[in-house]
Amino acid sequence: MKSSHQIEFTAGLFLLLGIAALVFLALHATDGGALKDGGYRVVADFSNVGGLKARANVSLGGVRVGSVESIDLDPETFSARVVMIIGDRFRTLPEDTSASILTSGILGDQYIGLEPGGAPDMLKDGDKIMITQSALVLEQLISRFLFNSGGEQKK
Amino acid sequence: MTMPSSLGGRLLAEPIREFGRAGIFLVTAFARMRFGPLQLGEILRQVYFVGARSLVIIVICGFFVGLVLTLQTHDTLTRFGAGDSVSTVLALSLFRELAPVLTAILFAGRAGTSITAEIGLMKATEQLDALDLMAIDPMERIVQPRLLAGVLAVPALVLVFNVTALLGGVFFSVYMMGSDPIVFWSNMQASVELMKDFMGGLMKGVVFGFLVSWLAVYFGWSAKPTSEGVALATTQTVITSAIAVLLIDFVLSAFML
Repeated sequence: MKSSHQIEFTAGLFLLLGIAALVFLALHATDGGALKDGGYRVVADFSNVGGLKARANVSLGGVRVGSVESIDLDPETFSARVVMIIGDRFRTLPEDTSASILTSGILGDQYIGLEPGGAPDMLKDGDKIMITQSALVLEQLISRFLFNSGGEQKK
Repeated sequence: MTMPSSLGGRLLAEPIREFGRAGIFLVTAFARMRFGPLQLGEILRQVYFVGARSLVIIVICGFFVGLVLTLQTHDTLTRFGAGDSVSTVLALSLFRELAPVLTAILFAGRAGTSITAEIGLMKATEQLDALDLMAIDPMERIVQPRLLAGVLAVPALVLVFNVTALLGGVFFSVYMMGSDPIVFWSNMQASVELMKDFMGGLMKGVVFGFLVSWLAVYFGWSAKPTSEGVALATTQTVITSAIAVLLIDFVLSAFML
């Protein structure tokens, strides 16, 4: 039979093990609360966001720099307003950065790809990205292709 | 109130009365809640008995659950060319469902039964009455530390289960199937939400820990003071815990998603 001090010590060790596991998992196996605190917000209006969802990646040159916070419809202009959070490390994005909605792979998730411009001023918290390109919707692509090829055959 | 006399009525009324008795038992246990250095020491001692002593079974089961889960999802997902998503499936199903539920059921089998048998035997050998005679409240001395120890120990066990199952997954996916470890971890980090998926699962652990230790303590407390009575109470602990955990798990998941 272990002494009561030893038992309490083992119990304390066990609880510490639990806390260590919590820290390890929270830091290593989850998004760690994402970029919620360390980042600034940027708004962009799109005429069509396709299948973009909140929490989708925002990347530049294929590297993740932030995530989509929310998507809402502007009731006046009827364009989709996307709010994204960009990490504090990327404070130096130029003001004329453009945003387009892209798809990773054929069946992959949709994400926002940023393309830096050349303006001397930087994007600030709450700024709006003016140059945007909407998502490509497969049905629209196909119908455009069908109409075009149909017209050519008639010639 | 007169109890229903037909057989069907009695079959239906008995579980409801049992539930009512368990509820009254819980309220009494909490009404006499008192904290002191003595009480804290006793809680820690119980954490050792129900928590630290359950580590081995949790580690072994967790490792093999992670292993077999990765084996199955790897096999299925590579058919669709989505082998990279193995870690996402593994982490989400573990954190959200498998770790809390399996830990709670293993805990009921490993620690819940021993709590029930211990208290049942205390009752059968009249130790509870002896405590009462010495003006020590058995609710405070026996029941409460075991209840609170379960609430502390099960979340810790859930976390250990998560870690070992992930290790099992990494072992199979990275070392046996040759997946890229960086892709494995970064896909997991990109798709697991800290608050919703991970902390939600941990909250389930807290609820299940409370649930299982409540049932274990109650069945021990209300056991008939005979060897058959204790045996029956132990069985009831396992069966009722498993059913209650799976039932409550569905309710909690429905609220969380």
